[in-house]
Amino acid sequence: MRSILRKCYIFLIFLFLYAPILTLIVLSFNASRTRAKWGGFTLKWYVSMFQNRAILQALSNTLLIALLSAFIATVIGTIACISMQAMKRRNRAVIMGITNIPMLNADIVTGISLMLLFITLGLRFGFLTILLSHITFNIPYVILSVMPRMKQLNPSVYEAALDLGASHIRAFFKVVFPDILPGVLSGFLMAFTMSLDDFIITHFTKGPGIDTLSTKIYTEVKKGIKPEMYSLSTLIFVTVLILLFLVNHSPSEHKQS
Amino acid sequence: MNKKTLAFPYVFWSAAFIVIPLCMVFYYGLTDDTGAFTFANIATIATAEHSKALLLSIELSLISTVICFLLAYPLAMILSAMKVGQHSFIVLIFILPMWMNFLLRTLAWQTLLEKTGVINSILAFLHLPALEIINTPAAIILGMVYNFLPFMVLPLYNALVKIDENVVNAARDLGANKVQTFLRITLPLSVPGIISGVTMVFIPALTTFVISTLLGGSKILLIGNVIEQEFTQTGNWHLGSGLSIVLMIFIIVNMVAEAFFDKDGEGTAL
Amino acid sequence: MNKLIDLQHISKSFDSNLILDDMNLYIRENEFLTLLGPSGCGKTTTLRIIGGFEHPDTGRVIFDGADITSYPPNKRQLNTVFQKYALFPHMNIGENIAFGLQIKNKPKAYIQDKIRYALKLVNLEGYEKRMPDSLSGGQQQRIAIARAIVNEPKVLLLDEPLGALDLKLRQDMQYELIRLKNELGITFIYVTHDQEEALTMSDTIVVMNQGYIQQIGTPEKIYNEPENAFVADFIGDSNIIDAVMIRDELVELLGARFACVDKGFGENKAVDVVIRPEDVELVSPDDGVIRGVVSHIIFKGVHYEMEVQANGFEWLVQSTKMFPVGTHVGIKVDPYNIQIMNKPESEDEEAIGIDE
Repeated sequence: MRSILRKCYIFLIFLFLYAPILTLIVLSFNASRTRAKWGGFTLKWYVSMFQNRAILQALSNTLLIALLSAFIATVIGTIACISMQAMKRRNRAVIMGITNIPMLNADIVTGISLMLLFITLGLRFGFLTILLSHITFNIPYVILSVMPRMKQLNPSVYEAALDLGASHIRAFFKVVFPDILPGVLSGFLMAFTMSLDDFIITHFTKGPGIDTLSTKIYTEVKKGIKPEMYSLSTLIFVTVLILLFLVNHSPSEHKQS
Repeated sequence: MNKKTLAFPYVFWSAAFIVIPLCMVFYYGLTDDTGAFTFANIATIATAEHSKALLLSIELSLISTVICFLLAYPLAMILSAMKVGQHSFIVLIFILPMWMNFLLRTLAWQTLLEKTGVINSILAFLHLPALEIINTPAAIILGMVYNFLPFMVLPLYNALVKIDENVVNAARDLGANKVQTFLRITLPLSVPGIISGVTMVFIPALTTFVISTLLGGSKILLIGNVIEQEFTQTGNWHLGSGLSIVLMIFIIVNMVAEAFFDKDGEGTAL
Repeated sequence: MNKLIDLQHISKSFDSNLILDDMNLYIRENEFLTLLGPSGCGKTTTLRIIGGFEHPDTGRVIFDGADITSYPPNKRQLNTVFQKYALFPHMNIGENIAFGLQIKNKPKAYIQDKIRYALKLVNLEGYEKRMPDSLSGGQQQRIAIARAIVNEPKVLLLDEPLGALDLKLRQDMQYELIRLKNELGITFIYVTHDQEEALTMSDTIVVMNQGYIQQIGTPEKIYNEPENAFVADFIGDSNIIDAVMIRDELVELLGARFACVDKGFGENKAVDVVIRPEDVELVSPDDGVIRGVVSHIIFKGVHYEMEVQANGFEWLVQSTKMFPVGTHVGIKVDPYNIQIMNKPESEDEEAIGIDE
């Protein structure tokens, strides 16, 4: 009885979280242009989506920024974690405190603070300013997922590698890096996701000529969202779902067979 | 290679893109067009228009935070008791929705909530009164709860799975019933998760301008909307920065609370 | 002495893994009873069923004449000392000890008295204001005991309480626990996989393996007269040898006949024989029942431990006399020191294979 109640509760919460996603998937097959009524099943938005240059441009901007910012943030964040190991407690606390700022600060404040910086520096608002901003808010996610791994690491392992004749760089890549790799990967994935889903900071740091999917959707809100957006986001979501399924299931199958 | 030189890229980056930009917000907020020092920007928070927006923001974000907490705590308890053993799986199912654009997800609620939408059709079928909350503060609260619930669930879940099962058993063994055990053991031991979750929900809810734009119609202005307009429409950066400073007071209070309870500095967020 | 706790026909499985199978066991008032066995033998499950943290699939738990099978832990008049102490990390030592008494709404002055008494009992006076994580493992263990006993339980359940302590501390705590038990005059049910701990402290030892009780008895009885090969092997070192009971008081092992004192096994019956290494006498080759050669020797402090090859069996021998490797010796065993055991009748009963 209790366990049925529990399952119902979990089900309701997930219905709440996933109902909008289901709605969007349904809308992507809706022949009617307005989202208010159902006009029959169609695949035409999936076709016209690939002919819409603006949407494809926004998609490629979004993916490129997410990929680049996540990669650069992962490199900087991982190096930061390594260097913090050797730091004095107090310095480390200061750096971790600063790292927490973009996580805890409101996105709108982070957004306008970066906007003011770019104005002062006289940078032209566009791809570069968005990229710099995304790297900035992505680094903390990388640090927070690599740091716990780093703390679990046994320092003797690194010293043992040196003792056995490995150079510092070789010792790092042979024994330290494999151990922190899961943290690095999940940090990268978090960063990529956060960048992909960001609207607010991009909104303040983008220039007039460039759009990501988020900012494009925002400008369409008043005029009405183009149905192609639904099919595109459905496609992205399903792709991710399939990828995750493959990643989670293929290794275990190998083990069983 | 010297490990200290390795610290340089990040120290440089955080100084350039975190610390200096924040200082600039303070600079703009505390000066006027001529560059002269003034408190006038901050003082505009006292005007009727701004204080109304701020109070409404506080009200709605507090309500959403409480709702998130009440929804998330039982869920986190159930999840932690299930011993899925796969921490990453739990995180994943809450992160997964983020792969569908956050604006579209929020907009989808319009479709669900409309007069002839899915939810009202179901309610009508059950002979229940229709929900008419679209373009009201209630819809904004719904949007906030929807968007920020994962940020409440994950810290709570993290705090709850860390509690040693035998500590709970020990309380039962010493005569505490289930309610007493919850109030005196489980709840106090999850305080770091609660603080973290409350911060992660309250701050974005307090400062949002997107959810109110998407679900509140054009009439409801939150403090986030006011600041956004100052930057993108009116172009009065000094005023916008001044109001941001006001917001940062709330943020700093939360950060101090967070730092106080999160002694390892690991962050219980994700 | 009457039965204080009576476990009747208890069975329990987890995910179709049978942990306890129709177990029957009673515990008397004021007894120090130890459940001893390798990990996975069901000893901790038994303790958790008594404590109320697990419910048996079948069977009843009788406490002081009343059926408490369905009672939750907080309704049971017994307290548990958990394996890793399970102190409340957010409360200081005083608050930890006071917890059970506050739940029962005892007056403040009474609680204060109790805290002082309990801390004195475990030799940690003045620790009221300390936090659990500032204490050593041994100290935390004492606090866990103090927290349990202030509630004046009729029974104290201890789940491998010394498992996480180092050897010296563990030995000290063994004496401490015996002293506590005598001062409090209550029943202790103690779970361990350490046979030395069990032999040192217990009034009664229950040897368990794979969900079955192998033997119940006093430490002396368990050590000297193991009922089967598992018990013999698990408790101390021993020579376990296949043998045939020729008739009452005569057994044939490794081709030689030994006089013994056991009767009633029948004639020409296959049995197991246990001979403790300290009971094997090494004499000159002609004086022994069988002959052998010393193949290995180590000095162990109190005695020498030797391996003797004789009639195709490697005998483990402990003796204060040294016989260098290669010495030809004779082996002799006093009839009283030959323990005859029935061969296990089924696979379930055959439960050797110690995984620790």
